[in-house]
Amino acid sequence: MRKSTFLKGTFTLAALALTLGAFTGCDKNGGGSATEIIVGEFASLTGKEATFGGSSHEGTLLAIEELNAAGGVLGKKIKLITEDNQSKAGESATVVNKLISKNGAVAILGEVASSRSLEAAPICQSNGVPMISPSSTNPKVTETGNFIFRVCFIDPFQGTVMANFATKTLKAKKVAVFTDVKSDYSKGLAKYFKEGFTKAGGQIVSELDFNGGDKDFKGQLTTIKAANPDGVFVPGYYTDAALICIQAKEIGLNVPLFGGDGWESDTLTKLGKEAVEGNYFSTHYAPDVATDLSKKFVADYKKRFNGKLPDAMAALGYDSAMILADAMKRAGTTDGAKVRDALAVTKDFPAVAGNITINEKRDAVKAAVILKIEGGKFKFVETVNP
Amino acid sequence: MHWLQQLTNGLALGSIYALIALGYTMVYGVLRFINFAHSDVLMLGAFSAFYLAPKMEAIFGPQSAIGALVIIVLAAAICAAIGILIELLAYRPLRKRPKLTVLITAIGVSLFIEFTCQHGAVFGAATKPFPKLLPTRELHFAGIEMASNDLLVLVLTAVLLVAMWFIVQRTKMGMAIRAVSFNEQAASLMGVNVNRVISFTFGLGSALAAVAGIFYAMRAPGIEPLMGVQPGIRAFIAAVLGGIGNLPGAALGGLLLGVLETVAGGIPGVSNYRDGIAFAILILILIFRPAGLLGKAMIEKV
Repeated sequence: MRKSTFLKGTFTLAALALTLGAFTGCDKNGGGSATEIIVGEFASLTGKEATFGGSSHEGTLLAIEELNAAGGVLGKKIKLITEDNQSKAGESATVVNKLISKNGAVAILGEVASSRSLEAAPICQSNGVPMISPSSTNPKVTETGNFIFRVCFIDPFQGTVMANFATKTLKAKKVAVFTDVKSDYSKGLAKYFKEGFTKAGGQIVSELDFNGGDKDFKGQLTTIKAANPDGVFVPGYYTDAALICIQAKEIGLNVPLFGGDGWESDTLTKLGKEAVEGNYFSTHYAPDVATDLSKKFVADYKKRFNGKLPDAMAALGYDSAMILADAMKRAGTTDGAKVRDALAVTKDFPAVAGNITINEKRDAVKAAVILKIEGGKFKFVETVNP
Repeated sequence: MHWLQQLTNGLALGSIYALIALGYTMVYGVLRFINFAHSDVLMLGAFSAFYLAPKMEAIFGPQSAIGALVIIVLAAAICAAIGILIELLAYRPLRKRPKLTVLITAIGVSLFIEFTCQHGAVFGAATKPFPKLLPTRELHFAGIEMASNDLLVLVLTAVLLVAMWFIVQRTKMGMAIRAVSFNEQAASLMGVNVNRVISFTFGLGSALAAVAGIFYAMRAPGIEPLMGVQPGIRAFIAAVLGGIGNLPGAALGGLLLGVLETVAGGIPGVSNYRDGIAFAILILILIFRPAGLLGKAMIEKV
C-alpha cells in the first residue's frame, strides 16, 4: 500500500517536472530555444486557393532552408512552423493565434489572399509580432498597423496598370467589371480599375457581382454580353475565373477577359483549357524576365521541387522570408519592435521578384508584369513600372 | 432576346436543381425527414465519373456518346449503392426514434462524407478539372446561344422526370412507395416489404443525384468535395417550394428557382444578393404557403 502511494507520488512529480520543462521550453520572449528562432507561417495549403498557398509555402520553405544551410540568422537556426487555413474564412485567426501564443513565433509570414491576411493582421499587431504578407495586394492589409508589412505592390497600382493596359494595348473603350463580392481583394481591385479606366477615358458599361465559389455565372454573363463590351475585367481568383471564361464562351461572349494576380495558377489552364486562351492578367513577376538572382532562384526551386517552375506566389513567398531574415540580422535581435523598425527602413533589398524598398505605408514599391495565356502557358507581354 | 436567353440559362440550371430535389422529396415522402447527405451523394457521383472517365476513354475512345452513357449509368449505380448503404448503416437503426434524431444524424453523415473526402488520401480539397465527357458546341437558334451540354441536360432531365413519374405511378414498386408514404404501418400489414421499399427509394434518389452531379460538373468543370453543398441547399429549397413529398412539385420548384436565380444574377445591383434570393423564397413560402406550391396541407392528428 505504502509503496504504491510512493510510486504514485513519484509519477506525479515526474509528470509535473515534464510539464514545467515543456513550458520553459517555449519561452515566448526568447523566441524559441537558445538555438532556434521560431517563425510562423499561415497558408491556404488546401481548399479553393490551394495552389496559391502551396507555391507561396514552397518559396518560403526554400528560403528558410537556404538560410539555415548558410548558418542561420544571429547564430541560430530558423524553425518554420506552417499552419493550413484551408482557404476558409475564420481559420486564419485561429491558426495565427496558435502560432503566436502556443508556438511562440517571433514573426508571422502569410498570406496570399487579402481577406485572410486581414484576419491575421490585427492579431499580429496587438501581440507586437511583425507580420509580412508575401502577396496580399489590398491596401487595407498594411493599414491595420505598424507591425504589418508586405513585399508586393498594392491594388491601386495594379488596378491602374490593368486600366491602362485595357485602353492602350487592348484598345478597349467599353469594359464590363465582374467582381467577387466575397473577396476584399476582388472588391478593392475592381474599384481601382474602374477609377483608372474612367480616368483614361474609358466607359464601364456593366458592373455585376458573383460570390466566390459559385458554379453558375450565365445569368450575369448574359447581361454583360447584352451591354456589348470590348473586354471584361474579372478581378477574382483562378478557380472562379476559369469557370467564368468557360461559361462566357458558351453564351457567345467572345471578347478578351482579363484579371489580376489572382489568376496566376496552373489550375486556371487545367480547368479552363481552351476557354482561357488569349486572355490576360497582371502579376508580380515572370520567370522569363531574369535577373541573376531570379535565375538562381528558378534553378534552385526547380531542383528542390521536382522541376516545377516557380510562379509569382513562390517568388514572393521566398522574398518574404529573406527580407525578414535581413531585418533580424540588421536589428541584431528577434525582438518584435526592433525587427519592425529594421523592416521599416528596408531599402533596395535585392529580391527575386524585383528589389524591395519599403515605403512609409509599409508596402513594397515594385513593377508589375502582364502575362497572356497562350497554348496553356503564361507568356510575358510587358512590364509596367510604378 | 436577352430575356429569352436568361430563361434558357435558368431552365438549364433549374433542371439540375429539379433532379436533386426529386431525391429529397422522395425520401421525405417515405421517411418524413430531410436526408442532408443527399448533396454529398451528388458530389460522389461527380467524383465517380471523374475516376471512371479515363478508363472508359481507354475502351470507347475520347468523348464518345456510349462512353458517356456508360459513365453516367455506372456512377448512378455506385451512388445508388452508397445511398442504400447510408440508409442501412445510419438511418435504419434509428427508424423508431424521434425524427429529430434522424435529422441530426443526416447532418452528421453529410459532414462525415465531406470531411473524409477532403482528406488528402481520399480526394483532397483542391479543385480537380472535370474531364469533357462529350464534344461540346455552341448552338445558335433564334438569337439564343446555348451550349450543347445544357440542351442535353434539359432533354435528359425531362426524360428522367417522365421515367420517375412512370415508376411511381405505374409500377408495383411505385405503388408500394406510395403506400408506405401514405401509411407505413398499414402498408406493412398489407404485405409490403417496407425495408425494401425504403432501400429502393434511397437507391433511386441517389442515382438521380449522381446524374445531377455529373450534369453540374459538365456545366462547371471544376469539382471538389464541397461542390454538393450549394446545389444541395437550392434543391432542398426547391423541394419545399414545390411542396415537399410531391414529385411534380420538386421539378417545378427546381425550374422556378433556377430561372429566378439566373434572372436575379443578371440585374445590376441585385446580382450581389443572388444567393439570398433562394433563402428569401424559402422564408416567404414558409410564411404564406407552408405546404408549398403543389403540396396539400395535411391535418395532423394528435
